[in-house]
Amino acid sequence: MAYLDDSRDFPAYAGGARVEDYVQLLKPRVMSLVVFTAFVGLLLAPGGVNPVIGLISILCIAVGAGASGALNMWYDSDIDRVMSRTANRPIPAGRIERDHALALGLVLSAFSVLLLGLAANWFAAGLLAFTIFFYAVIYTMWLKRSTPQNIVIGGAAGAFPPMVGWAAVTGGISLESCLLFLIIFLWTPPHFWALALYKQSDYGAAGIPMLPNVAGEAHTKLQILVYTLVLVAITLVPAFIGFGGWLYTAVAAATGFWFIVLSVRLFRTREDKAMRKAGRTLFTYSLSYLALIFVAFLADRAVTLLGISS
Amino acid sequence: MSLPTPQRDEEFFKRRRRRSIALALVLVGLVVILYVLTIVKMGPAVFDRAI
Repeated sequence: MAYLDDSRDFPAYAGGARVEDYVQLLKPRVMSLVVFTAFVGLLLAPGGVNPVIGLISILCIAVGAGASGALNMWYDSDIDRVMSRTANRPIPAGRIERDHALALGLVLSAFSVLLLGLAANWFAAGLLAFTIFFYAVIYTMWLKRSTPQNIVIGGAAGAFPPMVGWAAVTGGISLESCLLFLIIFLWTPPHFWALALYKQSDYGAAGIPMLPNVAGEAHTKLQILVYTLVLVAITLVPAFIGFGGWLYTAVAAATGFWFIVLSVRLFRTREDKAMRKAGRTLFTYSLSYLALIFVAFLADRAVTLLGISS
Repeated sequence: MSLPTPQRDEEFFKRRRRRSIALALVLVGLVVILYVLTIVKMGPAVFDRAI
């Protein structure tokens, strides 16, 4: 990322930002996860959808997620400056002015919601608008700085995309789309608390009440374990309601088992160094875990379709 | 906040040009999307009318 280094001597006077800086405002890595989960929600929904409309719907959900990322960076630029993980973001690094991020976020929010309404249906558009509002206002502006339960409730924002994808096809909500929501919702706390365990000095410096800083490491490790157990239990529910077949169930059981093993290992760590290492391992694993669960849903659907057609 | 120099000006214009091109591409993309969406939504019936 060479451009990040040499842009330090080129402050954002009269608009010296690069295109890449604006792309960075949209949090492309978060966006890729959103695209993926929304895509799965869209494909799993009964009835099917015209591929063009499906593609436009995914684009709208991705842009909506990007817009909420820009709004988040606009509001959080003061604390982003303090944390090492976020200090090089476009606003704290001085490459983009705050107002520009706000404008970009608002314009993209409006366009993504309107286009989704025109392309798919207005229920899905309303759900997308609510998702952006939830992330930008309820999570970023309100919960993040005021309660250690910030990511539990804020995690809902990240859990909505598959529901929006589902709604783009069916025009509503169902038990299955709620399960997709629940899986991401319950996955978020152990994922971020594992990160917070080995980055807690960062959050502490920025004055963000993350669980390890407020309730202590032992309590955080316990909460991670509890959430992991509930999460793995929920991922097995699709097997009982005919939403996930044998392939999905096998993957969910195997990957879930390993998630529990890593959580227990983290829970049992005594010294600081071992805890950081276990936290890092769990954080990295949790990323692949979520991806695998959703890939398993897709693979399972593909197997079912092939089974029917052959 | 450092003052602009000729080199900085050159870099500034280059960046502005790139931003303009990127914005133009986004707008063209939006037009194409709305066009294709119209055709998909209305189908061939969009051409099926008395002149």
